[in-house]
Amino acid sequence: MAVEFNDANFEKEVLESDKPVLVDFWAPWCGPCQMMGPVIDEVATEIGEIAKVGKLNVDENQESAQKYGVMSIPTMIIFKDGKNVKQIIGAQSKDTLLGELKNL
Amino acid sequence: MEGEIKDLIILGAGPAGLGASIYASRYKIDHIIIGKEPGGYLNEIHKIENYLGFESLTGFELASKMRSHVENLGAKLQQETALRIEKIDGGFEVTTDKGSYKAKKILYTVGTSARRLDVPGEKEFFGKGISYCSTCDGPFFKNKKVAIVGGGDSAAMAALMLAEYAESVTLIHRGDELSCMPVYLDSLRDNSKIKIEYNKGVSRIEGENAVERVILSNKEGGEEVVEINGIFIEIGSVPNQKMLLELGVEVDDKGFLKTKPDQSTSIEGIYAAGDITTNSNGFRQVITAAAEGAVAAVEIFRKLKEK
Repeated sequence: MAVEFNDANFEKEVLESDKPVLVDFWAPWCGPCQMMGPVIDEVATEIGEIAKVGKLNVDENQESAQKYGVMSIPTMIIFKDGKNVKQIIGAQSKDTLLGELKNL
Repeated sequence: MEGEIKDLIILGAGPAGLGASIYASRYKIDHIIIGKEPGGYLNEIHKIENYLGFESLTGFELASKMRSHVENLGAKLQQETALRIEKIDGGFEVTTDKGSYKAKKILYTVGTSARRLDVPGEKEFFGKGISYCSTCDGPFFKNKKVAIVGGGDSAAMAALMLAEYAESVTLIHRGDELSCMPVYLDSLRDNSKIKIEYNKGVSRIEGENAVERVILSNKEGGEEVVEINGIFIEIGSVPNQKMLLELGVEVDDKGFLKTKPDQSTSIEGIYAAGDITTNSNGFRQVITAAAEGAVAAVEIFRKLKEK
């Protein structure tokens, strides 16, 4: 299962992580985001120890969403060594996301 | 399983593909559905209030109900992206981003994509104030100024939805009359937050790090600047027919697949249903997509039985 990120744990869990981190910026009002939910969980399971995968509810955690300029969801951002290295907007397949994480 | 020839591959998992699968399952047609996003464009619709039997629900809710209905009947949904279709002995082979599948018949229901404006600024500010999904991104513009481009049902729905959050909504339409369903017209006119700009086109979208203004062109050749924080593009859709064009399928002047009343295309063995076809008198709705899917499935059953 994907982990839950929020404004309070973002720095520690995402920016200070020793592994790459995929953050799914989502909100309950967004249909394509809800469709992506189970896909993100599968990515989290299949990627294993290579990377950390989690979700951030932008409705409850506006600070993080604003900091990274998220104005369209679903947006997936991959962080490596605390830096935004890849930003993908719109629903994606599990394989696309796995591929992005494996190719880092 | 790869290598095995199925009766039918349904490409696309929106209302047309899922509607077809219900009938295919009941007619015991051995089939799979290949679709990147179950529900397709339906997931992006704010409210569905014209689908028989459901007075009001979100597009995602209706898509979820359709998906579970289909899966409860035993159909398999492969969440993959189809890349090409090739003619093989006895049918077709579909290659996806994950593998390949063979079937005697193909039902093509991959729908349409949002039409782009093709103006300066559109690509640069996508995700930075430019959006093609008002239900997804509308709430980011609480108490902000937004514009919507378009004059059809999607534009009208987006304007009404955005007026719930935004400080002001400017609806930009190039014609002198909106083409949306009359049911929306009164609500648009009665909403004090919504201003309609008729006979205006979009010249470009500008800003620093995010959208800050849209430049409109009027019929007299002049330009007007509207300060906004976000712009939603709802100017219709373009058919995703590339895979079939490579096989030489016939399309109309707008690129929609020419289909007969039995949903067959100009290529024997390939059928089409939903927003991508010329059927249902061009009335592209969830209910007509599902109905075209049903018609196609039954015709495919008849053809499979003949041989």
